[in-house]
Amino acid sequence: MSQHAEHSADLNTVQQPEHPAEHPGYGTFIKVWVALLILTACLVGMSHVSQTYAVWGLLTMTPLKAGLVFYFFMHLKYEGPLLKIVILVTLGTLLIFFALLFSDVAFH
Amino acid sequence: MSEHVHRDDFGARLGMWLFLVTEIVLFGGLFIGYSYMRYKYPMEFHHGGAELNATLGVINTVVLLTSSLTVVLAIVAIQRAEKKRAMAFLGTTLVLGVTFLVIKSFEWAAKFHHGLYPNSAHLGTLPPGEQVFFGLYFTMTGLHGLHVIAGLSVLSVMLWWVATDRVRPDRYIHLENSGLYWHLVDVIWIFLLPLFYLAA
Repeated sequence: MSQHAEHSADLNTVQQPEHPAEHPGYGTFIKVWVALLILTACLVGMSHVSQTYAVWGLLTMTPLKAGLVFYFFMHLKYEGPLLKIVILVTLGTLLIFFALLFSDVAFH
Repeated sequence: MSEHVHRDDFGARLGMWLFLVTEIVLFGGLFIGYSYMRYKYPMEFHHGGAELNATLGVINTVVLLTSSLTVVLAIVAIQRAEKKRAMAFLGTTLVLGVTFLVIKSFEWAAKFHHGLYPNSAHLGTLPPGEQVFFGLYFTMTGLHGLHVIAGLSVLSVMLWWVATDRVRPDRYIHLENSGLYWHLVDVIWIFLLPLFYLAA
């Protein structure tokens, strides 16, 4: 390696751990999009089988799809812990509201 | 031009996420309301869902998922200084967003034609559970539709800003945040599809 190349490689290594993680290419997102379409097809397919399958499809495929959009399209994969915590706290709060409502409904 | 420009891209994204979190709670409340009402009126929701056009719902899902993809690809293009490509991706997103609204308007028009619209005489003759179903349907898809319109407006500005170099490879946080908003609109629709269109 020449002196010059070594120098520029040195500069690159400073950014190396972050750079590829921060800027994923086109391919990653196209793969996620294909996965989203496949999951949608599964969801629609399951909804045609029976009511039980439809509910299970709803409970599994839908959060999975939302998760993929959050994690990849909304770049959460490439973010630090703070944003993830903000979102988890929000979802946790909604879950508590949901649980409180249905615990009330259950005893009516 | 001064050497030091005050910028905090992470702060900008955090601010956007805090706003998005309020949107999640807004729709979350409606989703919780939906789940209670569906628990209370399972048959009526089943009948209500059968009235909706599942094919249009699925087509609109594909349209919106694809528009989400093109937004995120526009960001990749900007990062790589491929301005023309970024503009093409954003333009595609706008076309897809408008397509979504056009399909939605045909769908609503068909419902209106059958006397199904908020406070209609026909709706009043339906069982209470079905009235609730259509009330939630119009509220949630309507509110979502407003978000689509807002998102399209913001993304139109982003297309303009990319064209005029206000959004560029070293400064694209506005595009990122607009993209975040658009993806959230997509996520909400991901939930609306099975809850309404596939409810039958």
